[in-house]
Amino acid sequence: MNNTCVLVTCPMFTYLEQELETRFNLIKLWDHSSSKAEFFNNYSSSIKAVVGNTKVGADAKLIDSLPNLEIVASYSVGLDKIDLDKCKQRGIKVTNTPDVLTDDVADLAIGLALAVLRKVCVCDQFVRSGNWISGDFGLATKFSGKSVGIVGLGRIGSAIAKRAEAFQCPISYHSRSKKPNTNYKYYSNIVDLAANCEILVVACALTEETHHIVNRKVIDALGPKGFLINIARGAHVDEPELVSALLEGRLGGAGLDVFENEPEPPEQLFALDNVVLVPHVGSDTGETSKAMADLVISNLEAHFKGKPLLTPVI
Amino acid sequence: MESIGVLMVCPMNSYLEHELEKRFNLFRFWTVPEKSAFLATNKNSIRAVVGNSSAGADAELIEVLPKLEIVASFSVGLDKIDLAKCKEKGIRVTNTPDVLTDDVADLAIGLMLAVLRKLCESDRYVRSGKWKKGDYRLTTKFTGKKVGIIGLGRIGMAVAKRAEAFSCPISYYSRTEKPEIKYKYYPGVVELAANCDILVVACSLTEETLHIINREVIDALGPKGVLINVGRGPHVDEPELVSALVERRLGGAGLDVFEHEPEVPEELFGLDNLVLLPHVGSGTVETRQAMADLVIGNLEAHFLNKPLLTPVV
Repeated sequence: MNNTCVLVTCPMFTYLEQELETRFNLIKLWDHSSSKAEFFNNYSSSIKAVVGNTKVGADAKLIDSLPNLEIVASYSVGLDKIDLDKCKQRGIKVTNTPDVLTDDVADLAIGLALAVLRKVCVCDQFVRSGNWISGDFGLATKFSGKSVGIVGLGRIGSAIAKRAEAFQCPISYHSRSKKPNTNYKYYSNIVDLAANCEILVVACALTEETHHIVNRKVIDALGPKGFLINIARGAHVDEPELVSALLEGRLGGAGLDVFENEPEPPEQLFALDNVVLVPHVGSDTGETSKAMADLVISNLEAHFKGKPLLTPVI
Repeated sequence: MESIGVLMVCPMNSYLEHELEKRFNLFRFWTVPEKSAFLATNKNSIRAVVGNSSAGADAELIEVLPKLEIVASFSVGLDKIDLAKCKEKGIRVTNTPDVLTDDVADLAIGLMLAVLRKLCESDRYVRSGKWKKGDYRLTTKFTGKKVGIIGLGRIGMAVAKRAEAFSCPISYYSRTEKPEIKYKYYPGVVELAANCDILVVACSLTEETLHIINREVIDALGPKGVLINVGRGPHVDEPELVSALVERRLGGAGLDVFEHEPEVPEELFGLDNLVLLPHVGSGTVETRQAMADLVIGNLEAHFLNKPLLTPVV
């Protein structure tokens, strides 16, 4: 397999690159950014696999330029950066990294909710700046018992629900269809979900249907005492609407791990103390990154040895 | 009841002050410039003291109030009240258990998540514009980490129940083993610390638990261990904790309480493996109102000769 050319689309994790390098002929797309045409002339027909992630995946243009591409292995569970139709058309396999990152992302959703409602980061800053000497901090908002509405009750949504239940949060959800094996309250309409919960969590996949699923109507329904937690994709939310709602006090607060234009979140949010902003770190722990990388490697090895893929999407 | 003197020892909650004023003759001790003179003048009308986690009723104050009948604490912790003296003099004592259990347990979990996943650090990273230059570094997974709890009372149990939802194996230390509890018991704090990843202080502060977190415990917890303190500052030998953190002999800490609040050791301010909070364990609108109502409820019950709602003594 050492002759098999694998293209990695952007820097993602040193351990992953090292492991790929020991097994394949690894080509780093960003090493060739100044000479793209030359690069494609030299390598395009030998590349059999692409490793992408949430930033750079495999769009139609890239897929079209690689005539011998057999497999796209994503270092993510989200598939929104991969042209799945084109892959299906060409018979190109696609794998992702489900399950191994579910806990981390669910943990972050709860961590963001607690941090926003209890003003953890604001308080930490209050102490470090010496302000506690001048007087006590004000009061925050209780988390236990708050109703949590989850958009998308897949692996991650269910894991969030399980955690929130331990805090006695009543759980409700919206998804394309009602799920048969749960006791949680179902809303077929996301606006109704938002109107009936205090903390709305986005945990669904990004598709054409879910683009801007959190829009002005949903934000208004969530309201000045409501909180939005987004650990999914920036494009799930109409970001300008979110920003103005927060600036105008029409939304109570937000915990955001993802933004429409990463790595540049809207700067108008930086002065607000009812938001927590983290840099797309949902699965970025040492443990999980390694598990994700191992899964990418295993999928590629399985493919090139003619064995069944571990986590195929297509 | 308007003639009953109630001495509130420090500012704690405006709603509580207003509600006390409606019912009693409220004295705000912190507004009094000459405290001994004030006490000499008013001692015979003061029949109740309202304290909190910062200031309560020590022997000195109790001695100087001959008509004191009840101390109602706006806290669940009783470490600022001389309970022995109260018992001696037949003075009732009430606190605010249960209504704040959820908030404190929520905060313990919030601290664990914030420390392990470096939430405050990465929030600062975003706001400073550093994300444009590169991704934030990898942090530590919380799910599945072993959580050791010192004190398995109301708050300790509530922390355990929440941590279990994150698949954290739970172990504990307390004065006696609780046979009906399925969590693993360790008969010593050092042993507990050696066998968990995250150590949570959730017991009450007494003479026995003063500095229960000492050098030995910190060493046992080690460079990958995290200490969470939602108990009292004096539970921890603070200078030992500070040097362990500065020298990276302890992996990290989430602290809501300190030995000399509101002063926090400044050596901690530059460390990125900590979250430092200004004693906000029960600091939500909902819970402080419930606590205030309980203080009022206890005082009313006492002066109407009805059973106290949450008596300690």
